[in-house]
Amino acid sequence: MPSADEAPAVRLAGVTHRYGRTAALDGVDLEVPAGAAVAVVGPDGVGKSTLLGLVAGVRRLQAGSVAVLGGDMASAAHRDGVAPRIAYMPQGLGRNLYPTLSVAANVDFFGRLYGQPAAERRDRIAALLRATGLDAFPDRPAGKLSGGMKQKLALCCALVHDPDLLILDEPTTGVDPLSRRRFWHLIEGIRTTRPGMTVLVATAYMEEAERFGHLVVMDAGRILAAGPTARVLADTGAATLEDAFAALQGRREPPGPPLPPRPAAAPENGGDGEPPAILAEGLTRRFGAFTAVDGVSFRIGRGEIFGFLGSNGCGKTTTMKMLTGLLPASAGRAWLLGRPVEAGDVATRLRVGYVSQSFSLYEELSVRANLELHARLYRVPAAAVAPRVDEALERFGLAAVAAARPAALPLGIRQRLQLAAACLHRPEVLILDEPTSGVDPQARDMFWRHLGTLSRRDGVTIFVSTHFMNEAERCDRISLMHAGRTLAVGTPREIRESRGAATLEDAFIACLEEAGGDGEPEAAPPAAPSAAVTPAAAPPATATSRAAHPGGLRASAGRLFAFAHRETVEILRDPVRVAFALLSPLLLLITFGFGISFDVEDLPFAVHDRDRSPESRQFIESFAGSRYFRERPPVSDDADADRRLRNGELRLVITVPPGFGRDLLAGRRPEVGFLLDGAMPFRAETTRGYVEGIVPAYAQDLARRTTGQTVAAAPVRVETRLRYNQDFRSAVAITPGVIMVLLIMIPPMLTALGVVREREIGSIANLSASPATVGEFLLGKQLPYIAVGLLSFLSLTGLAAVLFGVTVKGSVAALALGALLYVFAGTGIGLLVSTLVRTQVAAIIITAILCTVPAINFSGFLYPAATLEGAGRLIGTGFPALWFQTIAIGTFAKGRSFAEFVPEFLVLFAFGVAFLAAACRILTKQEA
Amino acid sequence: MRRWLANVARLGVKELASLAADRALSVLILYVFTVSVYTIATGVKTDVSDASVAIVDGDRSALSRDLGEALLPPHFRPPVAIDRSQVDPAMDRGVYTFVLDIPPGFEADALRGREPALQLNIDATAMTQAGVGGGYIRAIVQRESTAFLAARGEAGLPVTPVTRAYFNPNLERVWFQSIMAVLDHITILSILLVGAAVIREREHGTIEHLLVMPVTAGEIAAAKIWANGLVILVAAGLSIRVIVQGALGVPIEGSLALFLFGSAVYLFATTSLGILLATVARSMPQFALLAIPVFLVLNLLSGATTPVESMPPVLQVLIQASPTVHFVKLAQAVLYRAAGLDVVWPHLAVLAALGSAFLAAALARFRTMLAQAQG
Repeated sequence: MPSADEAPAVRLAGVTHRYGRTAALDGVDLEVPAGAAVAVVGPDGVGKSTLLGLVAGVRRLQAGSVAVLGGDMASAAHRDGVAPRIAYMPQGLGRNLYPTLSVAANVDFFGRLYGQPAAERRDRIAALLRATGLDAFPDRPAGKLSGGMKQKLALCCALVHDPDLLILDEPTTGVDPLSRRRFWHLIEGIRTTRPGMTVLVATAYMEEAERFGHLVVMDAGRILAAGPTARVLADTGAATLEDAFAALQGRREPPGPPLPPRPAAAPENGGDGEPPAILAEGLTRRFGAFTAVDGVSFRIGRGEIFGFLGSNGCGKTTTMKMLTGLLPASAGRAWLLGRPVEAGDVATRLRVGYVSQSFSLYEELSVRANLELHARLYRVPAAAVAPRVDEALERFGLAAVAAARPAALPLGIRQRLQLAAACLHRPEVLILDEPTSGVDPQARDMFWRHLGTLSRRDGVTIFVSTHFMNEAERCDRISLMHAGRTLAVGTPREIRESRGAATLEDAFIACLEEAGGDGEPEAAPPAAPSAAVTPAAAPPATATSRAAHPGGLRASAGRLFAFAHRETVEILRDPVRVAFALLSPLLLLITFGFGISFDVEDLPFAVHDRDRSPESRQFIESFAGSRYFRERPPVSDDADADRRLRNGELRLVITVPPGFGRDLLAGRRPEVGFLLDGAMPFRAETTRGYVEGIVPAYAQDLARRTTGQTVAAAPVRVETRLRYNQDFRSAVAITPGVIMVLLIMIPPMLTALGVVREREIGSIANLSASPATVGEFLLGKQLPYIAVGLLSFLSLTGLAAVLFGVTVKGSVAALALGALLYVFAGTGIGLLVSTLVRTQVAAIIITAILCTVPAINFSGFLYPAATLEGAGRLIGTGFPALWFQTIAIGTFAKGRSFAEFVPEFLVLFAFGVAFLAAACRILTKQEA
Repeated sequence: MRRWLANVARLGVKELASLAADRALSVLILYVFTVSVYTIATGVKTDVSDASVAIVDGDRSALSRDLGEALLPPHFRPPVAIDRSQVDPAMDRGVYTFVLDIPPGFEADALRGREPALQLNIDATAMTQAGVGGGYIRAIVQRESTAFLAARGEAGLPVTPVTRAYFNPNLERVWFQSIMAVLDHITILSILLVGAAVIREREHGTIEHLLVMPVTAGEIAAAKIWANGLVILVAAGLSIRVIVQGALGVPIEGSLALFLFGSAVYLFATTSLGILLATVARSMPQFALLAIPVFLVLNLLSGATTPVESMPPVLQVLIQASPTVHFVKLAQAVLYRAAGLDVVWPHLAVLAALGSAFLAAALARFRTMLAQAQG
């Protein structure tokens, strides 16, 4: 395969890769000649993506060797060295794009990542967008593009740095045929202008692979054949690649028998008085300004298999949801079995079965339990449930896995389970939304045989959507959908013939061209993009940008800034995150400020005066006059006191005994009972303190009135000096601590989402494939959150001043520097957590617990740090919050100066550096 | 109606199965109602203990020594003798919450009946200790000096106050904290569990699947409410029996049955709120970002941390819309004060009304939410 005089671009030897116990690749040897265009074909799950990931250096090599562009990919130095020469586009529509970023901003981000100067980036973005026809809407968010356009944009991003090796993982899966064709034209154009570029493409569409010069045919982790396409076909003696694949697989059985024709009497349009199974008239659905389905009409006869053929996002799913009543139609009407579709129409639902695009049964219930739940909810009589479920298990070949959980089953079987569930209640109509998407050809074939039986034997009407042409061929009639509109309706043969096309795909493309695409402008003819994308557009710049890599502080800072800039734009586009970041701290400050109060006043009390003398009234008066107490109607007897304490009306009952006045005057020190509501100990303690304060004051007052002179009530006086908070207001004491708690709670939680989110979305592959280091990536992500933290610090201090009158008495500079370092350390914790966990939810919960528990309990928030002992002290000093609390209290309340906080600054900075360093160590660029 | 009940029952059983299959959540529930309740009840301090005290003893007399020795654990740490010049820097750094400054000649003046003054410096930023702890120290100083001077004639109050605390005679904080911890956890878990269940179903597409079946949104919501509510109710009940009454030895005077009934009504309100929040959020992380401030606010302003009557009047009115406020009042009345249905029925009525309002709003948003998921 390789020519003798040229080193191969890619060479794999004995590569084996496992995920747990399953081997994705099993002893693979492969050579890809430089400058070749190679298609890796095979059904889903045979190891194509793993292979490409290893070549791109995105996955960690487990066994064997991979050499790319003249070096060993096991060496990190080589990987970093060749990263700028490789472009990798992961699987999934726009998987490496940032959906909230605009078209231009996406390409710009990649340009920055590769250290291109602004002018060069501008030229390149313009050239690439022009070449792909995306220049008409550079400002549209990537998430709002159609599938085909997303892939073109992803290609732009991949090509922005002129790679020598272009790796595309299933770039056209789920894209409409016209866009698919245009995409390949684009690639061909680029190849003619850059003949040296090696292109490695994975695809599940066999017919697409045929246009490539070289083929790699894979199945079950092994390479069945590799070499020039013509030779592979000749070796197997097959006419088409599909046949060749079946031959290589050793599967010689012919595809399922063709469907028997529908009985002639079958009323296509329900002409004999019976209404059609499904009737849609001008169905339209808008989401905001976007029209997902635009005036779709069709009529499906009973027992017919009606197919909806179209790309991802063309409105198939939305149409089906309107038919099931899940989504109300914006305009138009639909009838199911002669009845108008209404959300609440239970009677019709009993006659319809539905299979959604993704698996939508309960993963946590067994196969049998899922079927039983369905049977019962569909009101199958109790006695009939078990036999009906058994029958379904038998019929759909699920008996062997009845006890298994769906999560453990292959996709093909799961889809069969969904079909079985949808058929349990013997519906008259089945609505199936892309039921075979992602399922391998064999399982698909079997699935369609089931559909055939259901239609022909049981007379079930089947409305099914697909983006596979060969599945569309098996329908009685199909409707071609694109951009929310139907382009043509008829039998597959009618549609082919009406366009004079050999295949359904050609017919579809003809229809699409006739309809003028989806508003997606025709990309420039193949020659044009090549001209536009040639290095000629900016050749010297390419040289400089490559030279700048990978060393150079400037390049590094540029990439760091690229990550920071992108993260910032993403945060700004997510209203929930912005609200959480900026509003929730304020809300919580108000809540804490008012909610945590140790000011106990206006305690309701009542008196049980059993003496009723002038002395007793005077005594009571000393309480009623206090601002701490508020008098309620007197208590009549013990039962009354009991009742009113019990229902929470009173917090204190004062019982004055009979003969109080007499005993008082006689100096017999009568006892007065104070009955406290002890339900809330803090309040009771405080109340007791008030009582103990009022009684001596009364005594002094009494002495002055009786003897006419001031008498010492006690032998000594205690002069209390309340320092730092003369008015003893909770707000003054609590607010600095609240700011401390909120700054360690909110920014870290948001940061924690950062890395995990990219992992869930898949855009972390950009880090893996780029020349950026983990440190640049993490710090770039951290910077915007530090800014968020500082913003919320400013708003919190502002609110504290306005609302609670709590202002900084000491060094403002110290507080600001402390807050900066504290937020740096806190967001570092967030980064660290997010490198350790797998899901966003786990990241949020773990960060919340990890940060708030020590901040609230062990950092001197409610309880002075000086009282901490043992483990609490260790936790406290081992966490940034305690150190910032010292700064916050010191500057807000105590008026301390800048220099006094130097140790705190140093410790906080050390925390930040340590967390960031740990995160850098843990996060690896490569995936397993 | 029978069909409605049957569907709700079946879906609820499914909900229980889902919950049982989720290891992490099961562990979380267990942890929260056992370890967490225990540690909060015993660990979180709201009263004065281990307060750090320093004494500037300018008198060095028998009386000043007595005063120092009278400040005892568990309220106070052994006082540290410091110099007057150290007072400001040490208090600035927060080393001591209280500094007692006894002037020279203090004992002599006391003996002569000159009523000498000593100064008590309090770090008033340590709110939890400053007020009550300061009161303790003042009382201790008076008591000790009175005792010291006892031989020299008498000084005392004309009235003998006898204080007695009802419901919690020794004002043990564990009695209070343990129950309030259970209430806090009921709030957090009920919102999280139900909300997460709705979002999980939406992310997996199972909720759409249900809505295509002859099942109504109301049935789905009702099933989630009863199933998750039941789990939390049982866990909370066991927590009170085993952890609060058992391990912590807190006596409960009132009717546990009435409390659990009140909890059930409260759970109806919070689980409905959880569903409502889940219909607003678009993903699990968004839900978490929404739910965390919500339950923090509910719990902090519930009256379990600070009495409602200590809050600003406007806030007191506003928080009447919080189910947690009514639940805390109900729980305190029933469990601490052994109040009966005659006392707590207004709270029950408010909880039921709030729950119905949340549920109505959630159901109204249900289909909008599905439409949003598409766009």
